[in-house]
Amino acid sequence: MMADSSRLCSVWLGSETGILKGVSLGRKQAFNFCNTRQLSRDQEVRALCWADPAQSELLLGSVDGTVRTFSTEKGAFTEARRCGEPAEGCFTGLAALSGSATVTCVECGTLRVWREDSSEPATELHAGQNVCRMRQSPVHRHKVATGGKDNPLKIWDLQRPESPAFTAKNLRDDWLDLRRPHWVRDMAFIPDSDKVVTCTGYHQVHVFDPASPQRRPVLEVEYGEYPLTALSLPPGGQSVVVGNTHGQIAVLDLRKGAVRGCLKGLAGGVRALQCHSREEAGQTAGEAGSQEVKEEDDDEVWDAMERGGGAKEENNNRRRGGGGESEEEEQEKEEEKAFED
Amino acid sequence: MDITEVPVSEDSEGKKKKNKKPKMKSKAGNGEAEKKKKQQQEVVVVENMEKSEPAFPPSFSVSEIKNKQRRHFMFMKLKQEKRKQKMQLKKKKKKEREALGDKAPPKEVPKTIENQRVYDETVVDPEDEEVAFDEGTDEFSAYFNGLTNPKVLITTSDRPRGRTVRFCEQLATVIPNAHVYYRRGLALKRVIPQCIARDFTYLIVINEDRKVPNGMVLCHLPDGPTAHFKRRGKDPTEHSPEVILNNFTTRLGHSIGRLFAALFPQDPQFVGRQVATFHNQRDFIFFRFHRYIFKNEKRVGIQELGPRFTLKLRSLQKGTFDSKFGEYEWVLKRHEMDACRRKFQL
Repeated sequence: MMADSSRLCSVWLGSETGILKGVSLGRKQAFNFCNTRQLSRDQEVRALCWADPAQSELLLGSVDGTVRTFSTEKGAFTEARRCGEPAEGCFTGLAALSGSATVTCVECGTLRVWREDSSEPATELHAGQNVCRMRQSPVHRHKVATGGKDNPLKIWDLQRPESPAFTAKNLRDDWLDLRRPHWVRDMAFIPDSDKVVTCTGYHQVHVFDPASPQRRPVLEVEYGEYPLTALSLPPGGQSVVVGNTHGQIAVLDLRKGAVRGCLKGLAGGVRALQCHSREEAGQTAGEAGSQEVKEEDDDEVWDAMERGGGAKEENNNRRRGGGGESEEEEQEKEEEKAFED
Repeated sequence: MDITEVPVSEDSEGKKKKNKKPKMKSKAGNGEAEKKKKQQQEVVVVENMEKSEPAFPPSFSVSEIKNKQRRHFMFMKLKQEKRKQKMQLKKKKKKEREALGDKAPPKEVPKTIENQRVYDETVVDPEDEEVAFDEGTDEFSAYFNGLTNPKVLITTSDRPRGRTVRFCEQLATVIPNAHVYYRRGLALKRVIPQCIARDFTYLIVINEDRKVPNGMVLCHLPDGPTAHFKRRGKDPTEHSPEVILNNFTTRLGHSIGRLFAALFPQDPQFVGRQVATFHNQRDFIFFRFHRYIFKNEKRVGIQELGPRFTLKLRSLQKGTFDSKFGEYEWVLKRHEMDACRRKFQL
C-alpha cells in the first residue's frame, strides 16, 4: 500500500515535524511517510537528496544528526545512521557519491565523507564557519561547493581534501572603500561548463568561473530588496530562477544579467526551488505549505499556475527539507527544498 | 412640432409612452392619426421581419432620450413597473407556499461573499494530527501548557502624539500585566534582547502616521513570530478579561489566533465580567471590549468599554522582528490576492 503511493510521487518534501511527504502531481495528492510512531521536532528534515541516479532511494538529514534512507520502491525507511552531533549545527547539505558513500556538511563547516561500513568519516575537511549550503556538481561527482555567511564560495575536490580547488574573492570595496558583506545562501553548478552561480542574502546573484583567472564574480545581478534564499537552473543553461524571503520568484537571464520575468503566487518565503531537468517547469517550496506547479512558456509572462498537493499537505505549514523530482513532472512547493535528480 | 422620431419598426413599450402625458393630451388629435400610421407601419414591418431571417429588432432604451426630464420620468416608470412585477411574483410565491403547507420547499438562502467563499485547502480540520502536533510544539506551546504568564510591553514609534498615547493607555487597561514605555528613538533590534532578559513575553509597537495610530507590530518574544497589522479605529470611552476568537479557520488564521490568545493570561475561573473579542471576517480582525451583566436568568446586558479597532494582517514573520533579513511566513500581496473576491487568507 505504502509502496504504491510512494511510487506515484514525483516530488518529495521534508517537514519540520520529521514527516516525509510525497506528492503526486498527476493526482494532486500528498502522502505522508513517517518513521517513528511519535512525531518530534528533533526529526526535522534539513537536507534531502537522491542516493542514486536511478532515484530509488532518498537520503534525509535531520536536526538530531541522523541520516535516514527512504526507499521509494518499498515506501518505507530502510536505515538510519548517525552522522554527527546536533551540537555542531544542522545539516546544510547532503550528497551521495558512487560506491555508496555519503557526503554531509553541517553548519559549523565540517564536511565529512562517510562510507557504508564504518561509523567514522573517511574524509573530513573544514569549510569555514557558518556554512549555509553545500551542493554537489551533477557532472563531476567528487566536486562540491560550499558557502555561507561571511564565508565565500569554495569549491572542493573530495579527492584532494586539503585545500579548496577554488576560493572566491570578495567583491570590490564599494564607493566608500568599505568592505562589502557577503552571504552565500544557495549555489548551483551550471551544466556544460565549470561555472557556479550563487545567490546571496544581500539580494545579489553571482556567477563564478573557476576556469578564468578572475576569482571575483564574472557576473553580478541584483534582484529585489530581500535576501534570496533559493536558486535553481532550468534546462537551457541561460537562465536561473531565484526566490526570496518575501515569496517573490524571478527568472534572471545569465547572459546579460536582466530579469526575464517574475512568477506570482507564493505568499510566504521560498525555502527551496527546483527546476525540472527536461521540461520548462519549476518547483518552489515556500513557507506557507502550499505547492505550486508552474508551467513556464518561453514568453516573458508566466501565467499558468496550479496548486499541487492534496488537502493534507496544505494543512501543514512550515515544512522543510528537499524533494526529489522524477522526470515527468515539475512542481513548485512552498516550504520545501526540492532536489534535482 | 413632431413629438417623436420613431424608427419604422420598434416593439418596446417605451416608444409609445415616449411623451409625457400632459403633452399627449394636447396633441391628442394628431397623436391618434400618427399612432394609426405607426401601427400600420409596424404591421408591415412585423410581417417583413417574420419572412426574413431572424434579426434583432433595434430596441430602444430609456437612456437614449436626450431630454433629462422626460428621461427621468420614463426611468421612474420603468422602475415602478419592475417593482410591481416583483411584488406580484412575491405574492404568488407566498400563496403557493401557504397552499403547499408542510410540503413547501425550504427557503432559499441569499448568496453572500462569505457564503461563496472559495474552498481553501489550508482550512484546518479539527482532527488533523499533524496540525495538532505542530501547534503543540510551536512557539506558543509554553504559554498554552501553562508554563509562562504573559507580560506585555507596549510602545510606539518615535515621538507619539495624543491619540497614539491615549490608545496605548487604553490597550494597557485592556491587557492585564501590560506596561507602556516611551520609545525614545531606540532601535527595536536592541530593545528585544533587553525585553527577553526582563522576561517579557510580548512586544507591541503601535506605529503612528500623522498623529493617528495606523499600524501595529506584535512580536512574541522568546523567538516567536512577528505579525504586522494595519490598524483603523476610533477613540472610545483589572481583572483579566475572557478572550473570544471568532472565525479563524485556516492554518494562518490559527497562528494569528494563538498569537492573540497568548496576550492574555489563562484563567479558567473568570473573575471579572469582561470580554475581549477578536472577530475575523473577510480577513479583517475586529477587536471589541465589553463588560457583561446578567440581569436575570435569560437576559444579559453588555456595555462597551475600551478601544474599538480593526486590524488587517500585513505580514507574519518567523522569529523576532527583523524586517530586512527575516524569513516571512506570509506576506500581503495586494494585487495578487485581490484577484478573487471570494478568497480569504485568514
